[in-house]
Amino acid sequence: MSSNSFAYNEQSGGGEATELGQEATSTISPSGAFGLFSSDMKKNEDLKQMLESNKDSAKLDAMKRIVGMIAKGKNASELFPAVVKNVASKNIEIKKLVYVYLVRYAEEQQDLALLSISTFQRALKDPNQLIRASALRVLSSIRVPIIVPIMMLAIKEASADLSPYVRKNAAHAIQKLYSLDPEQKEMLIEIIEKLLKDKSTLVAGSVVMAFEEVCPDRIDLIHKNYRKLCNLLVDVEEWGQVVIIHMLTRYARTQFVSPWRQVDSLPAEPQGKPKNTGMGSLSLLQRIFPIYMSSRNYVSFLGDVLEDNEKDFYDSDEEQKEKADKRKRPYAMDPDHRLLIRNTKPLLQSRNAAVVMAVAQLYWHIAPKSEAGIISKSLVRLLRSSREVQYIVLQNIATMSIQRKGMFEPYLKSFYVRSTDATMIKILKLEILTNLANEANISTLLREFQTYVKSQDKQFAAATIQTIGRCATSITEVSDTCLNGLVCLLSNRDEIVVAESVVVIKKLLQMQPMQHGEIIKHMAKLLDSITVPVARASILWLIGENCERVPKIAPDVLRKTAKSFTSEDDLVKLQILNLGAKLYLTNSKQTKLLTQYILNLGKYDQNYDIRDRTRFIRQLIVPNEKSGALSKYAKKIFLAQKPAPLLESPFKDRDHFQLGTLSHTLNTKATGYLELSNWPEVAPDPSVRNVEVIELAKEWTPAGKAKKENPDKKFYSESEEEEDSSESSSDSESESGSESGEDEEDDRSGDSAEDSGESGSEPEAGKGRAATRSRARGRGDSKDVDKEKENSKTSESSSGESSSIEESSSDSESESESESESESRKVTKEKEKKTKQERNPLTKDVSLLDLDDFNLVSTPVALPTPALSPSLIADLEGLNLSATSSVISVSTPVFVPGKTHVLLHRMSGKGLAAHYFFPRQPCIFGDKMVSVQITLNNTTDQKIENIHVGGKKLPMGMQMHVFNPIESLEPAGSITVSMGIDFCDSTQTASFQL
Amino acid sequence: MSLGEYEKHWKSVVSQSVCDYFFEAQEKAADVENVPPVISTPHHYLISIYRDKLFFVSVIQTEVPPLFVIEFLHRVADTFQDYFGECSEAAIKDNVVIVYELLEEMLDNGFPLATESNILKELIKPPTILRSVVNSITGSSNVGDTLPTGQLSNIPWRRAGVKYTNNEAYFDVVEEIDAIIDKSGSTVFAEIQGVIDACIKLSGMPDLSLSFMNPRLLDDVSFHPCIRFKRWESERVLSFIPPDGNFRLISYRVSSQNLVAIPVYVKHSISFKENSSCGRFDITIGPKQNMGKTIEGITVTVHMPKVVLNMNLTPTQGSYTFDPVTKVLTWDVGKITPQKLPSLKGLVNLQSGAPKPEENPSLNIQFKIQQLAISGLKVNRLDMYGEKYKPFKGVKYVTKAGKFQVRT
Repeated sequence: MSSNSFAYNEQSGGGEATELGQEATSTISPSGAFGLFSSDMKKNEDLKQMLESNKDSAKLDAMKRIVGMIAKGKNASELFPAVVKNVASKNIEIKKLVYVYLVRYAEEQQDLALLSISTFQRALKDPNQLIRASALRVLSSIRVPIIVPIMMLAIKEASADLSPYVRKNAAHAIQKLYSLDPEQKEMLIEIIEKLLKDKSTLVAGSVVMAFEEVCPDRIDLIHKNYRKLCNLLVDVEEWGQVVIIHMLTRYARTQFVSPWRQVDSLPAEPQGKPKNTGMGSLSLLQRIFPIYMSSRNYVSFLGDVLEDNEKDFYDSDEEQKEKADKRKRPYAMDPDHRLLIRNTKPLLQSRNAAVVMAVAQLYWHIAPKSEAGIISKSLVRLLRSSREVQYIVLQNIATMSIQRKGMFEPYLKSFYVRSTDATMIKILKLEILTNLANEANISTLLREFQTYVKSQDKQFAAATIQTIGRCATSITEVSDTCLNGLVCLLSNRDEIVVAESVVVIKKLLQMQPMQHGEIIKHMAKLLDSITVPVARASILWLIGENCERVPKIAPDVLRKTAKSFTSEDDLVKLQILNLGAKLYLTNSKQTKLLTQYILNLGKYDQNYDIRDRTRFIRQLIVPNEKSGALSKYAKKIFLAQKPAPLLESPFKDRDHFQLGTLSHTLNTKATGYLELSNWPEVAPDPSVRNVEVIELAKEWTPAGKAKKENPDKKFYSESEEEEDSSESSSDSESESGSESGEDEEDDRSGDSAEDSGESGSEPEAGKGRAATRSRARGRGDSKDVDKEKENSKTSESSSGESSSIEESSSDSESESESESESESRKVTKEKEKKTKQERNPLTKDVSLLDLDDFNLVSTPVALPTPALSPSLIADLEGLNLSATSSVISVSTPVFVPGKTHVLLHRMSGKGLAAHYFFPRQPCIFGDKMVSVQITLNNTTDQKIENIHVGGKKLPMGMQMHVFNPIESLEPAGSITVSMGIDFCDSTQTASFQL
Repeated sequence: MSLGEYEKHWKSVVSQSVCDYFFEAQEKAADVENVPPVISTPHHYLISIYRDKLFFVSVIQTEVPPLFVIEFLHRVADTFQDYFGECSEAAIKDNVVIVYELLEEMLDNGFPLATESNILKELIKPPTILRSVVNSITGSSNVGDTLPTGQLSNIPWRRAGVKYTNNEAYFDVVEEIDAIIDKSGSTVFAEIQGVIDACIKLSGMPDLSLSFMNPRLLDDVSFHPCIRFKRWESERVLSFIPPDGNFRLISYRVSSQNLVAIPVYVKHSISFKENSSCGRFDITIGPKQNMGKTIEGITVTVHMPKVVLNMNLTPTQGSYTFDPVTKVLTWDVGKITPQKLPSLKGLVNLQSGAPKPEENPSLNIQFKIQQLAISGLKVNRLDMYGEKYKPFKGVKYVTKAGKFQVRT
């Protein structure tokens, strides 16, 4: 809270009396009559009385005050008996407040809490779904172990509830029960398994949350639901989307092979990881040791590391070669993998930052590298939101930008720092700018950095200097410029800036030690003025390292520092010792005495590190009878060539944590973090995700009326003319243009909102064919609109409806139950055909379809409707064959599963039954037509004569090529005829009479 | 979760002492802005947001995407704002019970439940003065006695049975210019961020489509969940069943390739003399590329360096204040009249003896232009389906300065 509330907190902690006084005023009750009570006892007595009174208003006031106490973190547990009596209150607000109270204190007062259980059990049977749900919510929140069996039972029942809302709450309750009693795991997993099959968008998010909490390792439970989850995703509420996307990312990493083919050999990939960490530790050592290193041990240790590292390096190289070999065969992405990537894309447009980030990390972790680029735009958009969101997003961008610079380069300027940004934001932005720096943009960036260096925020200015140093090392073209710039900064007035520059210059000089005598002299002069220990230590180290290059200055510096030795910081003292030792070895004539003086001072220093170091150096460099063979090598040890430090981003390698997670933000593994596995070498059996079609015939869309062409369509397509100008030559064409665009959308929406065994279709799959199909498909925009709703409706109209549907489908003789493609579009189409009914073409209903609507429509339909559309299977199967789709357009007969639809049922056709199917062949009657094969059966015992197509009722523009009249059909005989219909790229009905 | 001294527990109770880690971090950070949003403690993680001078802290036990929590906390703050008109300590204190009831509905066992304002308002009625009077007399409550239906339907953002006598739909197209202008007046960085805020008061279940004259301008858009994404993809039309009341329909960014018109320019000369305790300060603001509209509501805010003790200035227009504690200079300019450009001149008193500041402060500028969307975005038309009545429709355009900074 704000600083003043913080103060308030302290105050209230101070004395009971003040706290009470304040509380009474702050928990204002409407009547305002409660400010008078001053002692705890009295007050609680009063509350009890109020709770026992007959008036709801008094009870309510009492409850409000009690909730106020809870909110303050005050103990109100002694009122438990009085409160719990009101659990059955009729007044909803009292009831809710009692729930709040119960959930808070039940764990402490278990016995009394049991009193309330029966009330909840009763409520669980309530006819109102919201009451059932809230009862379950509270019951499961009461953390009393003794009621575990009751909770279990309640969850089980609720998970089979007709209302998706109750099932959603059941999913929440699973987690609660699990945290209360982990022993119930097995049973709970069963329920999770059941709920995962649920098709409601309401349930999906919650149950996946439960899955993640209870049994995240049971990836096998996901297989069968994978496609459904992918397809539902867009319609799930935003919080559920985040959870599902994270789970699916993990899933995808275990089930699909890497789409990053040859790129794998880059160190960025997980395979390269061991090598990277080796390097990381080495560089860390290098960074630390230039200053402190002075012992043989250290050196040899370093050597070891180097060796190991090399070994590692070669190993991984070989490994990678092997892998590369394996990977040489062409990579084809699993359609399910593609499905996930495709279905998450629209969510980048979400207003919820967490959803956008979730999609971004999904793309980062599982999409082909070429496609991951689309996330950058959305991530950059998030930088406009609150400070906290910026912080997290920038961290993630920082990690990404190290590995794939290209992704964020176009947005370079979005990371420019404003003086009003918080320091932590500034530093993150700087980090990203550094990562993005390259030869092309470095000059612009350096100019920008110049502004930053002068910032009033000194912490930020210091970070900028570090950044300049990093740019100088990574981009050799500018290293001289950077160095000069940094040297200029040495004359800066601000000490922090100077100190930071010194440190950075030290690192830079170490990398190219040859030519910079002048700078070293300049820095030696600085030693008189600068006081920051790190900077002083750096200068001393630098002089020590280069003492042979500045033979006149070095001894003088030693002299000066010897004088000030006692008052220096420990860090500086160590470097003075090092400098002394180095000079002793190279120039002992001048410095012998000085060094001995310093060593004496060091011997009696307060800090034992310094005493140790002194003793060590003395033994090593000062020859005496005891000194062993080592002192011969003293010079080699001290003046060895030290490897230059690598200036690295702190975000390097952070991506071994899944992006967007808490662990990534903290850069340590958080409790409950689930590792993202590496890609499998060989994909596990993809068929596990196939859903058997048989079990699915449950749900059916209230498909309802087909929407007539939206009269506004013209308007839209015109408005689109800018885009589709090529198609706007004629009105009708532009119309069809927009329609076919929509068709594709349709496809997708069909796929996405439906559970289907056959999905995973490639939208682009055979556009050619789609064009034909779309004629049977496309509809006005209103339809699109409806679709969405219908779809979601479908998912909601759960088993409650299934009974009636099953009934209807059992009537139909087709084998149609084998599928529940509740694609409203299809069903609609069929029905329209079947029912040779004329619909009022003007009906335009854009509002939600509800069940009543549907019933109205379906009642006049005399014919039983098959609950699924075999043609859809064909459609989708066709779609699946993305690679082979071209085959379809070839005019050779293609095998098509001969699924048929009922056109005319034998009962209503007076014995004449008609089935039709789309053979998916080019129509012989015209290239715009879709061929339809109709099989006519005579089920009566008489001849049926003169079967022909009678009155046609076709919407504008549609054409139909009818079959020749059939003179007669023998009893039990059957005949197949074909006809062509030009659906004009729409899903309008072709109604005709036989 | 805990709201400063207010706390609410969903799972097992966590001791309040966990917040001490937060207070510690808060003390360590000199500026509230710099309190890290994510803090790790031995057993928990604290994720916080800072809004309207309040910290909202949530205590996390296990791995969770931090943005998930941050976004939710912001949603909570939005809800308070929505309910109480302001999200302040006083408002929360006065409405502890409603806050509690709200939180109870918004989160279940750590998972967000109902976060849509329309649904919440059906569950728990927002307080109004009238209602609190009525409630205290009749003893009725602010908890809705009918249960909401929206949560169960597939348009969870709209409540059922909305009725208005005057049906109105208003859209505010608000664009903000984010810019960094360098010393010489050239633009370092500029982009336009826009939002369309809607205020929809329509009865029943209206289905709206909003189309633009130039939808291609919108480079990157984020949508309210009510918008049908597919329609946008295929036709660039916003088609949606709106929530009832005020909401943000879309936010967008105008393609960064487009050149952004910068409506104002600033002439400045700020100098601090070496070894003297004073400096000069002189800024003038003028219009530039303002599309013939008046620029109004101009304010200039400058964070002066620490060594500045006081400022002695004379504005030709408007008034200025200088806060010697925070060193913030604010100049409230008002409108620009091109005939006489507003300027602010005078002397700066520096702390004597202190070195002169190295960098001149940057100027943060605010302005407003009515009836103009600087990107040129234009709404073409709004159509309504699904209901019979004729709604009153209106669109308003405003351009404002966003993060508009002039480096000096």
